[in-house]
Amino acid sequence: MRGGVATVEGVVTAVGVASWLPRTEVFPWFGLDIGGTLVKLVYFEPKDITAEEEDEEVENLKNIRKYLTSNVAYGSTGIRDVHLELKDLTLCGPRIAQLVEVQSNEMGDLQLRKLDELDCLIKGVLYIDSVGFNGHSECYYFEHPTDAARCQKLPFNLENPYPLLLVNIGSGVSILAVYSKENYRWVTGTSLGGGTFFGLCCLLTGCSTFEEAMEMASRGDSTKVDKLVRDIYGGDYERFGLPGWAVASSFGNMMSKEKRESVSKEDLAKATLITITNNIGSIARMCALNENINRVVFVGNFLRINTISMRLLAYALDYWSKGQLKALFLEHEVRFHFQFVSLSNKLCSRYSSPRVSPAFGLLTDHLLAPQGYFGAVGALLELLDSA
Amino acid sequence: MRIHLHTDEAGRGAGLAFKMAERGGRGSGGHGSLDKSITLPPDEIFRNLENAKRFAIDIGGSLTKLAYYSTVQHKVARVRSFDHSGKDIENEPLYEISVQEEITARLHFIKFENNYIETCLDFIKDHLVNTETKVIKATGGGAYKFKDLIEKKLGLKVDKEDVMTCLIKGCNFLLRNIPHEVFAYQKDSDTEFRFQTNHPNIFPYLLVNIGSGVSIVKVESEDKFEWIGGSSIGGGTFWGLGALLTKTKKFDELLQLASKGQHTNVDMLVKDVYGGACQTLGLSGNLIASSFGKSTTADKEFSKEDMAKSLLHMISNDIGQLACLYAKLHNLDKIYFGGFFIRGHPVTMRTITFSINFFSKGEVQALFLRHEGYLGAIGAFLKGAEQDNPNQYSWGENYAGSSGLMSTSPDVYPMQRTRSGTFDMFEMDRLERPLVNLPLLKDPSTYIPDTVDLTDDAMARKYWLTCFEEALDGVAKRAAASQPDSVDAPERAEKFRQKYWNKLQTLRQQPFAYGTLTVRSLLDTREHCLNEFSFPDPYSKVKQKENGIALKCFQSVIESLDSLGWEERQFALVKGLLAGNVFDWGAKAVSDVLECEPQFGFEEAKSKLQERPWLEDSYSQWLERLKEGPPHKCALIFADNSGIDIILGVFPFVRELLSRGTEVILACNSGPALNDVTYSESLIVAERIAAMDPVIQSALREEKLLLVQTGSSSPCLDLSRLDKGLAVLVRERKTDLVIIEGMGRAIHTNYYAALKCESLKLAVIKNSWLADRLGGKIFSVIFKYEVPCK
Repeated sequence: MRGGVATVEGVVTAVGVASWLPRTEVFPWFGLDIGGTLVKLVYFEPKDITAEEEDEEVENLKNIRKYLTSNVAYGSTGIRDVHLELKDLTLCGPRIAQLVEVQSNEMGDLQLRKLDELDCLIKGVLYIDSVGFNGHSECYYFEHPTDAARCQKLPFNLENPYPLLLVNIGSGVSILAVYSKENYRWVTGTSLGGGTFFGLCCLLTGCSTFEEAMEMASRGDSTKVDKLVRDIYGGDYERFGLPGWAVASSFGNMMSKEKRESVSKEDLAKATLITITNNIGSIARMCALNENINRVVFVGNFLRINTISMRLLAYALDYWSKGQLKALFLEHEVRFHFQFVSLSNKLCSRYSSPRVSPAFGLLTDHLLAPQGYFGAVGALLELLDSA
Repeated sequence: MRIHLHTDEAGRGAGLAFKMAERGGRGSGGHGSLDKSITLPPDEIFRNLENAKRFAIDIGGSLTKLAYYSTVQHKVARVRSFDHSGKDIENEPLYEISVQEEITARLHFIKFENNYIETCLDFIKDHLVNTETKVIKATGGGAYKFKDLIEKKLGLKVDKEDVMTCLIKGCNFLLRNIPHEVFAYQKDSDTEFRFQTNHPNIFPYLLVNIGSGVSIVKVESEDKFEWIGGSSIGGGTFWGLGALLTKTKKFDELLQLASKGQHTNVDMLVKDVYGGACQTLGLSGNLIASSFGKSTTADKEFSKEDMAKSLLHMISNDIGQLACLYAKLHNLDKIYFGGFFIRGHPVTMRTITFSINFFSKGEVQALFLRHEGYLGAIGAFLKGAEQDNPNQYSWGENYAGSSGLMSTSPDVYPMQRTRSGTFDMFEMDRLERPLVNLPLLKDPSTYIPDTVDLTDDAMARKYWLTCFEEALDGVAKRAAASQPDSVDAPERAEKFRQKYWNKLQTLRQQPFAYGTLTVRSLLDTREHCLNEFSFPDPYSKVKQKENGIALKCFQSVIESLDSLGWEERQFALVKGLLAGNVFDWGAKAVSDVLECEPQFGFEEAKSKLQERPWLEDSYSQWLERLKEGPPHKCALIFADNSGIDIILGVFPFVRELLSRGTEVILACNSGPALNDVTYSESLIVAERIAAMDPVIQSALREEKLLLVQTGSSSPCLDLSRLDKGLAVLVRERKTDLVIIEGMGRAIHTNYYAALKCESLKLAVIKNSWLADRLGGKIFSVIFKYEVPCK
C-alpha cells in the first residue's frame, strides 16, 4: 500500500474522547497527538485506494479528506506542513485498524484509541529517521558549536542510534533514555519548557503568539537582563573555571530598578529564551552524565523556528562537557510558519456520523510529552501495527 | 555563587541617616529590650567590644554579618582544700570556696541590615579600645562596595577573602561544633523543623548556595572542596523576574506574595493536560507540567500572588532537581542549602524539600542550617584567626547571648517577617577542652541524648515550660542569696530572671529557636543565663555544707554495709545509690534534718523509695551478673549530686566494685550545674574519704580509682560531647560497664542510649508529672540494667 503522510497541527480547545466501536479499514488514518498546547495530526492517505474502497467512504469523510489535503492553512491560524509531508511511503503488510474500546464519548462518535505516548514518541522518531526525510538525513548536528565563525549544520547518521538521550521539549520537557526500540525509560522532566518561555513572554511583553515571542527574542539582548559572571568578577572567575560570559544570575540585573526601566521587551524575550534553553541544556547534560550516554537528541515544538535555542544547546552541551556530549536535532522540528488553529473543533464537527469513524491513534500529553510530530507519527504507526 | 546583590533597596545604606530607633525591636523574645531606646547599636548587641580582636565582616546584598573574637571575664567558683592536719575537722567547713575571675574566649557574630553599617562601624570605632588589630577580613559581594567606608571608619585594612572558601569553612565549623545546627524541613507537621544529630563524620556533603545564582559545591574534607556546578536560575531570578511580573520591589515582599498565591492558576498541571485524575508514569495529576503554561495568553490577567507563587515553585523545583542530579552523579546523600534565597523562609524550604524528595525519590535529604546566614562571616573570621587555632578547640553555642532561630512564617508571625530590620546575634564560647564521643556508644551517628523531644511533644513542652517558669523566682532568689556579700547581687538576680523569662517566652512561641527543645536545653539555657549575670555557682555553699555533713556519716554507713551478707549488701548499695537521689537536698527542711540527724535523713530517704518491683526493674539480672559473671574490667560512673549522693551513695558502691577487682573511672562535671558535684569538689571528697578508708586510699594511689571531668557543665549528659581525656581513659582501661545515675543523666537524657558494653541506669523520679507519664508514681525507681546483644 502506498500513500503519503500529511502533518497538521492546531491548538487544543476541547479534548474529547470517543467510545470505541469495532471498526475497520476505513481511510484516512490519523495519528493525533494532543499536547498541552498543540494538537498534532498526522494523516495517512493511501494512493492506491481502489474504487470499491473509495465507495466505502461516505460523503462526509471525503469532505474531511478534501479539507485536509486541499488546504495548506486551516481556519485563521492552523496550517499544514506541506514541506514535512513524507511522500511515497510504502507500508508493508495488511494494516487494518483494530479498534478497541477505551473511553466514553465526548467527541460525537469519533473513534479514538488511546496509546502510550512514550511508545509513540520513540516509534515516531525512529521511524522518521529510518525512512529519511524525503531523501535527506533527518538527523543533524552543529559542528564547532562553540565557534560562531566555523559553526555549521551537518547531517548525522543515526544508523546505530542506541543508547541515546531523547529530550522532548514541549510545554514542559521530558527526558528519556533510549537503549533500544523497546527498551527505554523516562528519566526525568522539568516544568520549565516551551510553555514557560511562551507564558513568561506573554506576561513580560504582552505578545500573543509564539511566533511573535520568538521574533522579539531574536532581536533582543539578554545580557542587559541577566547578570553575567563578568558583571560580578570583572572577568572570568578563575577559581571555579567560570568564563566571564556565563550567566551568573538569570534576570539578575532586574533586581535593580534603574535596569528594570532600561530594558526592552525584546531583551526580556531573549533573556527568557536563554534562561529556559540553558536550563534544559543543564538538566539534559546532567542526565546524560548520570545515564552515561553521550548523544542527546533534542526534539519538540519549542525548537521550531528556534535556531537560537538549538545553537545554544549545541554550544552549552559541547562547552560544559568539554566536547564529550553531542547535541543532535531532527528536521521535523524545523518550520518557518507557525500558527495555531482550533482544529479539533472542526474535526469534531465533521466526524459526527457514527457510520464514518476513521481510526485515530490518540496520543495524550503528559508532563513531558511529545509536542512535535513524532508522537503523532508514532500514534499512526501504532495504529497500523496493531491492525 | 554568592553574588554581589546590591539593589536600590539594599544598597542605600551608606548614605542613609539612621533610623534604628524606629526599626529595631520588632523581633521577639530576647530582643524585646531593643524596642525603646536605640539610636546607636546598644551594648547588648556589640558585646565585649573592649577586648575585641580579629574582626571579620561578610557583606551580602542586604545584610551585613560582623564577627569578632573577644575575651570574657567570668566569675568562677573555686574550691580549695584546707590543710586540716592537726586541726579539729569537726567544726571546720570541708573546704574553702572562693569566687575568682576567669578569662574565657568567645566568638561574637552580629547580623544587621546594610542600612546600619555606617553607624555600626562608628560604634565599633568608639568602643574599640584595647585592640592591636590591624586588619579586617572581608567577604561577600558588598566587601568590594564598602571597602573604603570600612577602612576609613575603622582604620583597619580590608583583607578580602574568597566567598566560597569562607562559606565552606564556616559550614564545617558549625557542623562540627554546634549541636542541632542542621535540620530537615517538614511540611504540614507539628514540628516543621526536624533537627539532626551531629554525625561524627560530616564529610562528604553537597553545599548548594543560592544567592542571586546557584553554586553547587562538593565538600570532601576540611580543606578539599570543588565547585561542581551551578545554575543561573536562583534568588536573583526570583527577585528580578518577580519584580518585573508583580511590580513588587522587595525580596521579602515577593515571598510574602508567594505565600498567599495559588500557582495552579498560572501553571499547567499534569491533570490540565490529561483532564481528570489520570495518572501517567506514576506522576500525580497535581504536578506541574509546564510552569507559566497557563499564562500563554495576552488577554487574561493573573494575580501578583499567583505569579509569585508559580515563580517560587519554578525556581525551587529547578534548583532541587539540579541539586539531585549533582548529588546522584557524585554519590552524595546530604545536601545543605544556604544563601539569601533560603534565609529561613518556610515557603522556600518547603518547596525545595518537596523538590528534593520528588526528584531523588527520598534518597537524598535536603538539609538547612540554623546559622546559615553566618557561614561567610564565620569562615572569614576563621581565615583571619588561624594563628589562634580555633579548630583545635571545641566551641559551644551560648544560649544566653544568641538570638536563636526566629520563625519566619509570614502567615503566623507577620511582624517577625521583617526581622531583617533588627539585629540578630550568635555567640560561641570556646570550651576549655576538646569534646568527643564516648567510645562506647553503639552508634554515634544515631545517638540522641534526649529522651523527649519537646518540639515534637506539645503537652510535655507546655508542662516543662510552665515548670521552669514557676521555678524561676526561686532560682533567682537562691542566686541572690548565694552571694550575700555582693551589693548588686539582687539586681543581677533580677536581670537573670528577666533574661531567662524572655528565653522561655521565646521558646513558647518558637520551640525550635535553639534546635530541638529538651529538658536539657532548658536547663543548660538557665545555666548560661546564670553565668551571664555572674552567678557561677549558686549552690556552692549548699554543696559545701552537704558534703561536710555526709562525710561525717561515711564511716558508719560503711560499717553497716560491711556487717551485711553479700547479697543483702548488694541490695543496700543499690538502695544507697538511689536514696542519694530522693531529695532535693537544697531544700532547707532537708538540710535541717540532715544537720541534726544525718543518719536519719539517709534512712528516711531510703524509706521513701518505691518497694520492688520497681517501675523499671532489672535488679535480679544485675545481681545474677554480679554473682555469676567475672568481675568487670573497668566501670565508668557518671555521678550526680554533691553530698549524700556522691559520698554515701556512689563511694560505697565504688568501694564494692574496687573490692571485686573492678577499676573505676568516676566522672564529674567540669563546671557547676545546680547541686551536681563538680570535678574539683570530687577531688576533695575523694581525698577526705581516702583518709578514712584504706580501700579507696589504695585504689587512688594505685590508680585503680580515677577521677576525671566530663567536660560538661550541664545537669544532663550528652555522651557525644565528652572530655577527650575521659574518652582516652575509657579506651585505655577497656571499660566494660557504664553507670549513669540521676534524673538528668539517666532519664531526661540517655534513657534510650544504646552502648557497646553493659550499662546501669538508675534514678528516682522526683517529679510526679514525669512519673505519671512513665506509668508510675512520685519516687518511683528506675533500675535499668542492659547488656548489649551479641
